[in-house]
Amino acid sequence: MVSVTIDGIKVEVADNTSVLEAAHQAGIKIPTLCYLKGVNAIGSCRMCLVEIENARGLQAACVMPVSDGMIISTNSKRVRDTRRMNLELILSNHERDCLVCKRNYNCELQALAERFGVDDIRYEGEMTHNPIDITSPSIRREPNKCVLCRRCVAACNDIQDIGAIGATERGFKTIIEPVFKKSLADVPCINCGRCVQSCPCGALTVINDTDKVWEAINDPDKHVVVQTAPAVRAALGEAFCMPIGTRVTGKMVTALKRLGFDKVFDTNFAADLTIMEEGTELIERLKENHHLPMITSCSPGWVKYMEHYYEDFFENMSSCKSPQQMMGAIIKSYYAEKNNIDPKKIFVVSVMPCSAKKFELQRPELVGDVDVSITTVELAEMIKQAGINFPELPDDTFDEVLGDSTGAGAIFGNTGGVMEAALRTVYELVTGKKLDNVEFNEVRGLAGVKESQVDLNGTIVKVAVAHGTKNIKKLLNAIRAGEADYHFIEVMACPGGCINGGGQPPINNEQIMTYGDHRILRAKAIYEEDEANTIRKSHENPSIQLLYKEFLGHPGGHKSHDLLHTTYKKRGKYHY
Amino acid sequence: MATVTADKAKVDELKAYIAEHKGIKGPLMPIIQKAQEIFGCLPIDVQDVIAEEMGIPMTDIYGVATFYSQFALEPKGEHVIGLCMGTACYVKNSQPILERLRKELGISEGATTPDGKYSLDATRCLGCCGLAPVMMIDDRVYGRLKPDDIPGILAEYK
Ligand code: SF4
Ligand code: SF4
Ligand code: SF4
Ligand code: FES
Ligand code: FES
Repeated sequence: MVSVTIDGIKVEVADNTSVLEAAHQAGIKIPTLCYLKGVNAIGSCRMCLVEIENARGLQAACVMPVSDGMIISTNSKRVRDTRRMNLELILSNHERDCLVCKRNYNCELQALAERFGVDDIRYEGEMTHNPIDITSPSIRREPNKCVLCRRCVAACNDIQDIGAIGATERGFKTIIEPVFKKSLADVPCINCGRCVQSCPCGALTVINDTDKVWEAINDPDKHVVVQTAPAVRAALGEAFCMPIGTRVTGKMVTALKRLGFDKVFDTNFAADLTIMEEGTELIERLKENHHLPMITSCSPGWVKYMEHYYEDFFENMSSCKSPQQMMGAIIKSYYAEKNNIDPKKIFVVSVMPCSAKKFELQRPELVGDVDVSITTVELAEMIKQAGINFPELPDDTFDEVLGDSTGAGAIFGNTGGVMEAALRTVYELVTGKKLDNVEFNEVRGLAGVKESQVDLNGTIVKVAVAHGTKNIKKLLNAIRAGEADYHFIEVMACPGGCINGGGQPPINNEQIMTYGDHRILRAKAIYEEDEANTIRKSHENPSIQLLYKEFLGHPGGHKSHDLLHTTYKKRGKYHY
Repeated sequence: MATVTADKAKVDELKAYIAEHKGIKGPLMPIIQKAQEIFGCLPIDVQDVIAEEMGIPMTDIYGVATFYSQFALEPKGEHVIGLCMGTACYVKNSQPILERLRKELGISEGATTPDGKYSLDATRCLGCCGLAPVMMIDDRVYGRLKPDDIPGILAEYK
C-alpha cells in the first residue's frame, strides 16, 4: 500500500494503482475520454491531466501509477485550463451536430464540454470530411465525429482479436477505418458492436431502424408482432436511469403494448424451442459419433466469425436457426395458421441486445422470418418518443402461447446459459432421471473458457463454453491443434454473452469505476429471472409441448427441418 | 481484379522472407519493406499474403503502409481522378459526386479500376473553391459538378 494526497485528501491505495483510480477512491472524479477500464489505456486524449508535485508538466491520470507520498492536484487553474484547451482542439475538428446525433444527451464529449464549461471553440481550423459508412446493416460509421480515442480499435483488436478496423494514415488525415477504404460490410467484421459499445460519442452507432417499426405500427393492414430477447429486460431500464441490472420484464411488456404492437411475444419461448431442436440434434450426433464437437449457432456474430475465420468448423455447427429466427418462422406459420391470419400481413419485429441480429435477418437463407430487428437502445428511444414514463409503468405479462417460457429460456442471455439450458433438458431426456439441481455452476461466470462434463447414463459428455471471439479463437485453436476435445461447445461472440451485446445501452468509464463490471450485474438479473420461474426446463414448457403436438410433430422432424434449421456460407476474408 | 500476386515466384520469395523474419523483434516494418521491394507496391493481395502468413489482421499492415509515405498501395491508373473533399466543396455537395464516381467506376477512393484505367482519390482543397464542387482528372479541372455530369466526363477518357 502507498499513501497519497489528492486535493488535500489522504488515501491509502494498493501499489501501482493509477492516479485516476486513487482519485476515484478519494471521491474525486477525474474526467476521461480515451480511457475505458478493461479496454483502452493509452494516455492520449489528455482530458485526465493532473498536476503532481515535483513532476515536470501535467500527467495523464489514467496511465500514471501512484507512488508513496505523491501529492496530486486535480483541479488547479492550470489543470482546468489545459484540459479545456485540449478539449477545444478536439472539438474544433468534430462535426458538432448534436441535435441530430444518436448520442445526443448520452455523449461523453458533450458531458466533457459541459463539465469544462466550454462556451466557445476558439480554434477553427480545417475540418476533415470523410464519407459516412452505412453499408453495413448493423454498424454506422461517421468518421467526422471521431475523436481518435481508439477505444473501438482496442475493442475490435484486443478484446475481440478481430481487427476489422484500425488507425490509418497519419497526422491530420488519421482515421479509424477498415483497410483500403472498404466499407464495414466488405471486410471480415462480424457486426458484434464491441466498437460501438466502446465509442464515447456518435462516431460509431448501431444502424437505426425505428422508423420502419413506427411505419408498420401505423399501418392498419399490418398485424405487428414483437418478440423480446432474454437480455433486453436486464438492461433496458438503464436507458431510463434505473440501476444497472434492474429486471424490467413486466414494464417492458407494458411499454410494448402501449407502443401499439398487436401481440407481445417472448424470444425466450423460441429459446426453449431451440433447446428442443438443438438438444435432439446433440443426442443424435452423440449416438452416431459424428460432427463432434457440436457448436451452438444462436449468436449471429459467432456464426459470421466462423464463416470468415474458422471455415473448417463448418460441419460442427448445429443446424439450428437462432431463437430470433425460429420465433419469426413460428409466428408466420403456426401462429398465423392457428389464428387465421394471412402470414403476408404479419410484420415481425424483434427487440434484441445485439447489433448482429440486423445482419442475420437479411441472410438469404433466413430472410422473411423477421422483418425488422431493433436494439435495446432503439426500443428505449421509441418508448421516449411515445412519452411513456417507463420507470413508473405497472407490470404486464406476455401474450399467450408464444409468450410462455421457462427459466431455461431466460438464461440464454448469459454466457453459459445455452449450455446450461441444454444440459437440463438433454440430461433428463437421455437418462430418464430427474435432475436434483438444475444449476450448472461450472458453466456460469466470466472466465473466458469454461469446461464441465456430465454423465449421461455412463457416457461422459465433455462440454466447453467460450464467449468473446478472442476466447473462442483460443478454444478453437486448441481443438485444431488436437490439444482439446469436447462433445458440445457453446459460443457467444460478445464477452459475457448477449447481456453485453452491441445493442445494449453503452456503459461509460465512470459507471464501470463506480458500479464494477456491468456484466455481473446484468447476469444476476437474468439468473433471477430463471429462479423466479416455476418451470426451469425447456421440455417442460407446456406451450412448447403444445406446439409439437399441434403443429411440428417431433423435434428434428420434417416440419422442424423446414422451419427451424439453416445452412451456412463460407465467406473468406477479403475479396479482390 | 488483376492481382500482382499472380506471379507465384514473387509470392514464394515473400513467403520465404516472412518465414525467416516473423520471429524477430518488430518484424512488420522489414517485411512490408521487402514486399514493396518485390512487388513495387502494396495492393490488397500483397497485404493479404502478409496477413495470412503472419497470422495478423490486415489492418495492422495497412496502418503501417498508409502511415509512412515511402509505401504505395497501388500502381496508379492511366488517368488519376482527384475529387476535392475540402470544406467549400464538401458544403457544395461533393459527397454525392463521390458516390457517383464510386458507382460509375466501381471502386472506392484510393483505388484503381481493375483495367488500370482510372485511379480515384479524395483530395484536400484544390485551391479553386469558387468552382466548388471541383474535380481534377490528370491536369484538367472540372467545376460546379453535378452527379449526372460524371458519366459524360468519364466518357472523354475512354
Ligand atoms: S458525438 Fe456528441 S458532441 Fe458530437 S455531435 Fe454527437 S452528441 Fe454532439
Ligand atoms: S462490429 Fe465487431 S468486428 Fe465489426 S468493427 Fe466493430 S468490434 Fe470489430
Ligand atoms: S470511432 Fe469512436 S471509439 Fe473509435 S476512435 Fe473514434 S471516437 Fe474513439
Ligand atoms: S489520456 Fe487519460 S483519459 Fe485520455
Ligand atoms: S474546397 Fe474544393 S477547391 Fe477548395
